[in-house]
Amino acid sequence: MTSGSWRSHDEVPYDLTPSASRRPIVRAMVATQRIKRYILTMMIDKEDNFKEKTASDYAISFRLDQRSGVPTYLQLVQQVENAIRLGYLRRGDQIPRIKDVVASLSINPNTVLKAYRDLEQKGLIGARPGLGTFVEAEPKTVGLKELTTLRRNLVTGWLRDATALGLDEDGIVALFASALGDLRKEPDEHELSSSPSRDASRETEGAA
Amino acid sequence: MNVVESFGLGVSYRGTWALRDCTLAVPEGHIVALVGSNGAGKTTLLHCAVGLVTPTVGGITVLGGIGAGLPDALERVAFVAQEAPLYRHITVRAMLTVAANLNQHFDRVLAESRLASLDIPLNRRIGRLSGGQQAQLSLALALARRPELLVLDEPLARLDPLARHEVMAVVMSAVAEEGLSVIFSSHVVSELERVADYLILMSHGRVQMVGLIDDLLSEHVVLSGPTDEARSVATLFTVVESKHAGRQTQFVARIDRPTEFPSGWLAESISLDELVLAYLREPSASAMTGPLAVSANRAEVKW
Repeated sequence: MTSGSWRSHDEVPYDLTPSASRRPIVRAMVATQRIKRYILTMMIDKEDNFKEKTASDYAISFRLDQRSGVPTYLQLVQQVENAIRLGYLRRGDQIPRIKDVVASLSINPNTVLKAYRDLEQKGLIGARPGLGTFVEAEPKTVGLKELTTLRRNLVTGWLRDATALGLDEDGIVALFASALGDLRKEPDEHELSSSPSRDASRETEGAA
Repeated sequence: MNVVESFGLGVSYRGTWALRDCTLAVPEGHIVALVGSNGAGKTTLLHCAVGLVTPTVGGITVLGGIGAGLPDALERVAFVAQEAPLYRHITVRAMLTVAANLNQHFDRVLAESRLASLDIPLNRRIGRLSGGQQAQLSLALALARRPELLVLDEPLARLDPLARHEVMAVVMSAVAEEGLSVIFSSHVVSELERVADYLILMSHGRVQMVGLIDDLLSEHVVLSGPTDEARSVATLFTVVESKHAGRQTQFVARIDRPTEFPSGWLAESISLDELVLAYLREPSASAMTGPLAVSANRAEVKW
């Protein structure tokens, strides 16, 4: 090994003395060591790759309804909003990385980016550089369990009564909407009143 | 930077024009769908862009002004031709060796890891792979060249729905990870919307519509109203297509500025399928919304 003219003499390259480098066996040993070190680093790299997140590591996964007529990005936005609203996503949860959404739905990365930007503007999620995107919204006070109870009460109680009286689906929707309007006029009466109205306004915003 | 720019591009095969007066500029970072009926000139345009066809008139450049087909362009553009041509009698591993030897830059490790994740055996003869696997192999070969522009001619034709999904997932992941631009031609209009964000619509050898899909959709509406008023209303808008029935008339209209619609007329947003079909049915209509400002350095390109 000829140490180049640009190198000063006391700065011996690597861990070899010039005399040792002349002996082929030493050179071979050093070479093996280097290869071992290389393989080791390769394995460490691989190990890291295996630790990559898969779909089941996230709290939610997306699905698309092609026939709904709702733009793809808006479907993603609504699904995150609903997941937050229903308690599937809580503050600090990571939402799927763009790369993973793209691979699972085979959609344009720009679409996912647009959805996440929209959610970020609404203050629901925030990006932490190098880590991913996380939920930032306050957790809703109504949990999944309470919502299930509310839903069950609605189905077994009010909805059954309404159907028994001969009200059809459109009639039920109309009545519910007008009752919701009454609730909004007297906000002090019920704690829940603020959340449906806020959600409704958010949805109209999104649709526009 | 524009990934593809053409100006007055025309190609004639034995006296018939396969492509005429084609002037367009496609900005980078998009997934571009090239749509048109059979014989519209899609393949000819793609072949021009990768340098397989020399233009009869006009010119075409890629990646910010490099003449298509020049060595510098070839190195940075990858092309998968229709029906994924491969050597059928050799093994996948041999195909990788061939590709590695024929290309200046070829990331064999990347190609092998992609194939491994798709469970494509390296020691199988290519002819024995399924159609979907062959498509994946040709895509893996193209992506291993680490291109800045990926050109795919009918990548989804002849594939079953699952294979289509998987092929597009690989392309989209590559876009997300490496930020390359993609141009692909397709017949399958219904699947474009989730994948592409930029559209080039061709018909009879001419470019009929170019632009960001979001812009194109927001600039068009379906108007419906009484047939009696149709004639007067039609003068207010650029009508792409009209369907007159006894009492009701439907227009596909282009709105390039905020407009008040006449009372009694209903304006609805249009879907991409409807828009594409409306233009394909009316070959004389055209809409160029994309940045058509072809950059000034085009004169410097040497042919």
